[in-house]
Amino acid sequence: MSLSSIARYAPRSCRHLFALSSVQSTRHMSGLGEATFTELPETHQMLKDTCRQFAENELWPIAGKIDKTQEYPEQQIHKMGELGLMGIDIPEEYGGTGLDALAYAVALTEISRGCASAGVIMSAHNSLYLGPVKYFGNHEQKENYVSPFIDGTKIGCFCLSEPGNGSDAGAASTTARDEGDHYVLNGTKAWITNSYQAEGVIVFATTDKAKKHKGISAFIVPKPTEGLSLGKKEEKLGIRASATSNVIFEDVKIPKENLLGTPGMGFKIAMMTLDSGRIGIAAQALGIAKNAFDTAVEYSSKRNSFGAPISKLQMIQSKIADMALKIEMSEMMMYKAAALKDAGKPFTKEAAMAKLACSETATYVAHQAIQVLGGMGYVSDMPVERNYRDARITEIYEGTSEIQRLVIAGNVMKEYGY
Amino acid sequence: MAMKVLVGCKRVIDYAVKIRVRPDKLGVVTDGVKHSMNPFDEIAVEEAVRMKEKKLAKEIVVVSCGPAQSAETIRTALAMGADRGIHVEVPADQMALLQPIHVSKIMAKLAEKEAADVVLLGKLAIDDDSNQTAQMTASLLDWPQGVFASKVEKKDSQLEVVREVDGGLETIKINLPAVLSADLRLNEPRYATLPNIMKAKKKKVAKMTPGDLGVDVTPRIEVLTVEDPPVREAGQTVSDVEELIGKLKDKGFSS
Repeated sequence: MSLSSIARYAPRSCRHLFALSSVQSTRHMSGLGEATFTELPETHQMLKDTCRQFAENELWPIAGKIDKTQEYPEQQIHKMGELGLMGIDIPEEYGGTGLDALAYAVALTEISRGCASAGVIMSAHNSLYLGPVKYFGNHEQKENYVSPFIDGTKIGCFCLSEPGNGSDAGAASTTARDEGDHYVLNGTKAWITNSYQAEGVIVFATTDKAKKHKGISAFIVPKPTEGLSLGKKEEKLGIRASATSNVIFEDVKIPKENLLGTPGMGFKIAMMTLDSGRIGIAAQALGIAKNAFDTAVEYSSKRNSFGAPISKLQMIQSKIADMALKIEMSEMMMYKAAALKDAGKPFTKEAAMAKLACSETATYVAHQAIQVLGGMGYVSDMPVERNYRDARITEIYEGTSEIQRLVIAGNVMKEYGY
Repeated sequence: MAMKVLVGCKRVIDYAVKIRVRPDKLGVVTDGVKHSMNPFDEIAVEEAVRMKEKKLAKEIVVVSCGPAQSAETIRTALAMGADRGIHVEVPADQMALLQPIHVSKIMAKLAEKEAADVVLLGKLAIDDDSNQTAQMTASLLDWPQGVFASKVEKKDSQLEVVREVDGGLETIKINLPAVLSADLRLNEPRYATLPNIMKAKKKKVAKMTPGDLGVDVTPRIEVLTVEDPPVREAGQTVSDVEELIGKLKDKGFSS
C-alpha cells in the first residue's frame, strides 16, 4: 500500500456533517449566514474546500520533511498569506480578509490536517499576535503592526509565559520601567512560538509587582530591537517546523506609543486573547485528529489479517467508532464556541471546552490510530507517529487541560449563582 | 479589442471519491457524495481569468447546466475571477440523461445571446468522459474550434492554439469568434483566495431553464444498466520471452 493512497485523506462518501448550537442569534455579527445543524454557510464551505485543496497540494507533501529538518515553511506561509489566511478575521480596512471565528476555525482545521506546524504558525499569528492589536490597539498601532503583517511575509509572536510561570500568568516577573516617554523592559519569556521569524512581539510585563495581575501591561515590540535576543531553538517532540524559544529582554526601550490598551490592562488582554486563541488551538488539534483518523480508516480497509480487512474485526470497529464520535463531539464544541463569539455572546466557557475536548481527542485519536496500524504506526513511513507527537502539545499550550477545567468549573459555578 | 469569454463549468463527483454503483444498477451513488467543479473546467476558468489579467478579455461569463447545487460551482468560478454567472437549471433526476448534444445547444444559444467572442470549455467531463460538447458547440455555431488546447495566444485578430494530439503538438491559427477546449497542461488553476470568495458573493448569477433558451432537453438515450468493471485478476509471471510468446499463442493472442 502506497503512501500516496494513504495521503488521499480527502475522500469520504459522507458529506461531513457538523452541528451547531441551536441558539439562532438575530445579531449574527458577520452577516455571512447562519450555520445550521446540517451544513456550513456557502462561504465557509468554499473556504473549507480551498483550504483543503491547499493543504493537500502544498502542506501535506512537505509535512514529513519539515518535521525532520525543523525548517520553517516560509514559502507555504507566504502562499497562505496570499490566500488570505494570515489575517483571516482582520477587518478589510487593515488589509485582512474580514471573516469570522467560524471561518477561522474551519480554515485552521483544514490547514492543520495537512501540517500541524503550519497550523500552529497560523494560529499563533492570527489569535495571539494580531488578536491583541485588533481588539485593543489604536489606529496607528493597527497600521504599523497589523496591516504589514497580513500577507504571510511578516509574522508575530505572543510572549506571556516565563521560565518561572506558565499557568500562573499573574505572577509575571518581566518588568516594564516607566521612564517618561518610554518604557524599559527586562526579563525572559519562555516557550514562544514563531520567536525566530517574528517581526512583531506582543509582550506582557509588570510595572508594579505588588499589584499582582493588575500591574501587568501589554506592549508591542518590533523585532529586531536593541536588547531583544532569542534563546536556543527548543528541540521539541512535535510541531517541529514551528520555532520555539525563549525571548530575552535586556533594557529594551520601547516608546510609550507601543503600550497596548491602558496600563494595568495586560492581564485582561491576555485572558481575552487566549479565549479566542483557544478556538484556534481547538481547530489545530481537530485537524491533527482528523488526519490520524483518515489514515487509520484507510489502513484498516486495506490491511488484511485473519483472511479479511481488519476493518471487519469488531475491536477495530469499536476503535473507529470511538474515534469518529470523539471527533464529531469536539468539532461540535468548536463550532459552538465560534458561533457564540460571532454572535457577540460570552464564549469563555465554551472556548475552554472546545480546546479541552479537541486536544484530548487529538491525543486519543492519534494514540488509537497508531494502535490500528500496529507496527506500521510506529515507524516514520506512516504519518500517524508524527500526528501522535504533534497532538501532545495541544493539551499543554494556550492553557493546559487542567487550566481549561478550572475555567469551565469557575464559569459553571457562576452560572449556578455560587 | 478585448474579448467577451463564455466559460462552461460542470458540477461532477469529486475526482478523489470512490465511485459506487447504485443498488438498482441504473447509475452511480450521488446522494451525500462530495461534488466539485470538473477539473478541466477549472483549467478553462483559470485560462479565462488569465486572459482578463492580460487585458485580452474584458468580461468572463461562467455558465453551468445542472441542479440547484450547481450554483456552488458557479460561485467557485466567480471566486476564481469570473465576472458573472448563468445557471441553467436542470433538475437532479434529469442530469443523468443530459447529454453533450443538449448542453452544446444551450452553450450555442448563450454564445449568441451574450455575443461572446470565445467559448471556453473543459475538454471533457470526468463523469462521462464524452469530449463532445466543445466540438458540437462549434459546429452548431459554425465557429472554428481549438480543442485539447495546451496553449492559447492572441495573434492580431486570430487565436494561435497549440493542441495536444496523438502525434504530438499541433499549432493552428483560427479566426474569432471561436470555441476552445482546455487540456490538462494549459495552466495550473489558482486557489480561490478568501478575499475573492468574499467578493464573489456580490457577483450576479442569472437563473434560467433550457426552455427559456428554446432548447429541448428530452432524453435521447435510455440507460439500461450500470455495472462495476470486472475485478482485475492477478497476472502471471513468466521466466523468459519464449514462455511469454508461448502463453500468448495459447490464449490466441498471437499466431
